Amino acid sequence: MVPLSYYVVLSAMVFITGVVGVLIRRNIIIILLSVELMLNATNINFVAFSHHLGNVAGQVFVFFALTVAAAEVAVGLAIIIALYRSRSSINVDEFQLLKW
Amino acid sequence: MATSFFFYFAGVIVLTSILVVALRNPIYSALSLLIMFFHVAGLYVTLHAEFLAAVQIIVYAGAILVLYLFVVMLLNVKREERYHAQLPIAALLGLTILTEIVLLTLQHRFGGDVSSTESVSPAGEALGNTEAIGQVLYSTYLFPFEVASLILLVAMIGAILLAKRDLFEGAK
Repeated sequence: MVPLSYYVVLSAMVFITGVVGVLIRRNIIIILLSVELMLNATNINFVAFSHHLGNVAGQVFVFFALTVAAAEVAVGLAIIIALYRSRSSINVDEFQLLKW
Repeated sequence: MATSFFFYFAGVIVLTSILVVALRNPIYSALSLLIMFFHVAGLYVTLHAEFLAAVQIIVYAGAILVLYLFVVMLLNVKREERYHAQLPIAALLGLTILTEIVLLTLQHRFGGDVSSTESVSPAGEALGNTEAIGQVLYSTYLFPFEVASLILLVAMIGAILLAKRDLFEGAK
């Protein structure tokens, strides 16, 4: 029986990796992949607590998180394609129209 | 046995998630994310969430990641400078939060009340994982389930609207 704290530490490591990826990378596709990493970290947490507490509700919430992740990917990639059409670049440093 | 499985899955998950952020080529990043999804599914199997393991592989590895690879290859971007200019600050911030969370988690150990509620054995154990999830999903969480379908519909319409090149050009 693996202690619950191991799962929490694993989830925290993956989540922090995702946060760092969003902050340091310039390629907008990698930024979206890092968001996926963070969503997976929360999913690991949900399933671990669901197993530990003997409650199925945690797995249902993972199901909803997965739905939102799919929607986010569809809209996000469409935005990336639209951005690439207007600027022919996916470097986030190029999109600074609102910055002065 | 279970512990060694956990450490194998956890090690591969952490390694591949670092590779996702660190690799230069977006295709390699997406492929290491694929390996990570498979190992997360394995972790779900060890946690007796078989339905979610299957859904993880079908939806994440089968649909979402293929969409990513499709866009990466469609855009065909040249290699660029990898990291943002705020790399030192981000690394410092991430390391600080990580050590803090690890210290806090190891301090508390989740003793007393969490393990005491474990004795309340769920009705789902005798029933099988998929049936248990289905019964909860269609009774208690029926309204969120309908909202989820609405979210998917909105995402579909939004993606078509955003990615279509000249949707309103013909009307003018």
